Amino acid sequence: MASFWEYANPLKFMRVTDWLLPIVAVAAVVVTATGLIWGFFFTPDDFRQGATVKIVFLHVPAAMMAINVWVMMLVASLIWLIRRHHVSALAAKAAAPIGLTMTLIGLITGAVWGQPMWGTWWAWDPRLTSFLILFLFYLGYIALWAAIDDPDTGADLTAVLCLVGSVFAVLSRYAALFWNQGLHQGASLSVQPGTRMDWAYKAPLYTCMLGFGLVFLALLLAGTRTEIRARRMKALVARERMA
Amino acid sequence: MIALLIRDLRLALRAGGGFGLGLAFFLILAVLVPLGVGPEPATLALIAPGILWVGALLACLLSLDRIFALDFEDGSLDLLATAPVPLEAVVTIKALAHWLTTGLPLVLISPVLGLLLFLPADAYLWLILSLLLGTPALSVIGTFGAALTVGLKRGGLLMSLLVLPLYIPTLVFGAEVVSRGAQGLAVNTPLALLAGITAGAVALLPFASALVLRINLR
Repeated sequence: MASFWEYANPLKFMRVTDWLLPIVAVAAVVVTATGLIWGFFFTPDDFRQGATVKIVFLHVPAAMMAINVWVMMLVASLIWLIRRHHVSALAAKAAAPIGLTMTLIGLITGAVWGQPMWGTWWAWDPRLTSFLILFLFYLGYIALWAAIDDPDTGADLTAVLCLVGSVFAVLSRYAALFWNQGLHQGASLSVQPGTRMDWAYKAPLYTCMLGFGLVFLALLLAGTRTEIRARRMKALVARERMA
Repeated sequence: MIALLIRDLRLALRAGGGFGLGLAFFLILAVLVPLGVGPEPATLALIAPGILWVGALLACLLSLDRIFALDFEDGSLDLLATAPVPLEAVVTIKALAHWLTTGLPLVLISPVLGLLLFLPADAYLWLILSLLLGTPALSVIGTFGAALTVGLKRGGLLMSLLVLPLYIPTLVFGAEVVSRGAQGLAVNTPLALLAGITAGAVALLPFASALVLRINLR
């Protein structure tokens, strides 16, 4: 039985992802396209929201991935700090821009959806506020990676920032909940996904969620491979300069 | 450790230490807001708790890069790191010195600025108390941010980007205490949560700060 940790070896990782990446990428495109086309063209309009309800097929999967990507970065940072596997640190680095994009998609589709439904592009609802805060955390994380030259120092510092940031992100989430209830007596406009939703919507929504997960995985693998290659090129250039 | 504290305090208080900068910034902010918003007492009273807390937070942020940057440049940070005192203690002392030279003066001057912003009379006690409880958290969190960015050139802007999101819970609960106090509501819950954040940050963050400082000095 091969150990999971074998894939921490960059060579092995590159060899496996070499054939895995195309499969995941094709699956991601097929599943996401199926889910979105199904959701947009083959579901009935909602009797109150009309066709605008269909933005849910972009909004909910993106929002879900925005949080999941941060959790993945947290796990990858822990693995880097504890076991010093470079692939893990590079995967966390590659995941951050994807998470940032997912958060941005969630915010923008939310605004587009909120305009006709709530009559406003933005409300300081706890859920919206937490996402904006999450966006700021992603920005800080990426900026710190970009600012540090030495790769190992950068990996260490961003990993610690990710750990500390996670704690404060959760705190901010509850602070936002507390803050808004404190001011507006819990007038929350947030949508509970999947609660009273008909199966006609649920099935394409789950397909889209799976699709977005696969898209993330494909982009993550591609990004990590790029980072590994960039690291190799740096090493080769350094070796040449030494010789 | 006490010697280190006295040294840091002395450095901050002497010319070029930037001791008054945070205070002056806080004052200017309290003057600029009425000029921008308009002089109506009702409006100002409504936003005073938030303005005072945001001002305190920004004033704290201004002086953060002084915590480690100068010591890093002249090499005394390396000496401190190799000294028999644990680095966690050094970090805590540095945060304490920062609080004594920035946080505490902000607390003391805040009632005067509350007067400028027509803060309701009931809220003064809660303003002082919440700042007294909350500003240590700002210093400790800020020390973590300063430790993260100590080796970087032009780290100041990056540090703001990293530290400000971490300040959000403290700001929310702190401002909530004051605005609830201004409306005459019960303040126990946000006050307890604010104290909880400060206690947790003071107890745990020095370890993270010392860790990233060691990485940066490697």
